[in-house]
Amino acid sequence: MSFNVENYFEDLLTDDVIFSFKGDISSEVINLILDSVEQETEEANDPPRIRKKVYNVLVESLQNLFHHVDRPPEDFQDHDSKKFGMIVVKRSNIGYNITTSNFIAKDKIKNLEEKLDKINKSSTEEIKELYKFILHHQKISPKGGGGLGLVDIARKTGNILHYMFYDYNKNVSIFKLSIDINALETN
Amino acid sequence: MEPIIIEGTPKTPTVHFDAGQGVFKLEGRSIPENSVEFYKPLVDWLDQYKEKPLPKTTVEVKLEYFNTSSSKCILDVFKKLEMIHKAKNDVEIKWYYEEDDEDMLEAGEDYESIIRVPFEMIEIVE
Repeated sequence: MSFNVENYFEDLLTDDVIFSFKGDISSEVINLILDSVEQETEEANDPPRIRKKVYNVLVESLQNLFHHVDRPPEDFQDHDSKKFGMIVVKRSNIGYNITTSNFIAKDKIKNLEEKLDKINKSSTEEIKELYKFILHHQKISPKGGGGLGLVDIARKTGNILHYMFYDYNKNVSIFKLSIDINALETN
Repeated sequence: MEPIIIEGTPKTPTVHFDAGQGVFKLEGRSIPENSVEFYKPLVDWLDQYKEKPLPKTTVEVKLEYFNTSSSKCILDVFKKLEMIHKAKNDVEIKWYYEEDDEDMLEAGEDYESIIRVPFEMIEIVE
């Protein structure tokens, strides 16, 4: 039996969730999610710099999904969705958490994992230099991604990027990325 | 040269590039999925402007948010300004950031360290 996406998504929906979405991540959907979460952070009266960090991380997370997700496998109910993704935003007294999940072809996992591990092992200063290096030297990919999204998220949050791959079938996995945004500045 | 005037949207900035005044403004949010599509006309326009620039060019960047794909396009815009500056013209980039927005200040400093054009960092205090 293959991985059950419905159950997986349900399990992510804990009490502190302020926004969740599962479906096709189109440009229009991105607009709606940004508006909705921005409103939530305004109503919560968080300091502007926290609201901005949340917004920035949300933009990069959603656009990572938009540019990089793989199509769902044949047996998946939303198979027609070209950009199927899931996003859950949580708010607690320690800060925000943004978790994205999407299908990924297994042959891409190694590269992604190496990239994430490299970011997670880097110091604040190294991440800053890595960001500047990619900004200066790398071209925008044909998909439109700048290759900077994850580095930018790590830089803005100052936190480890928690991730996990779950087997869906022999060719495809679900990639889960969990990003914490601290309510109080630690640096 | 015809100016470029583009009204801002929730995902793209207001653009006001006036070759007659030598003042170029970029303001608002720059978070489109396809940044190249938005910025290419601006970069092409600057390519023309750099052939006959005014003795002084001032660029005002007042962005609230920008995504990483815009960051590369903004660098392309700045590279054109660097060429104008290199050709012995006066160029200045005014980089505005809101009070306490350290991320936006740092982003400006990143560009300042890459591009050889004088930058002025200006804090917007409300």
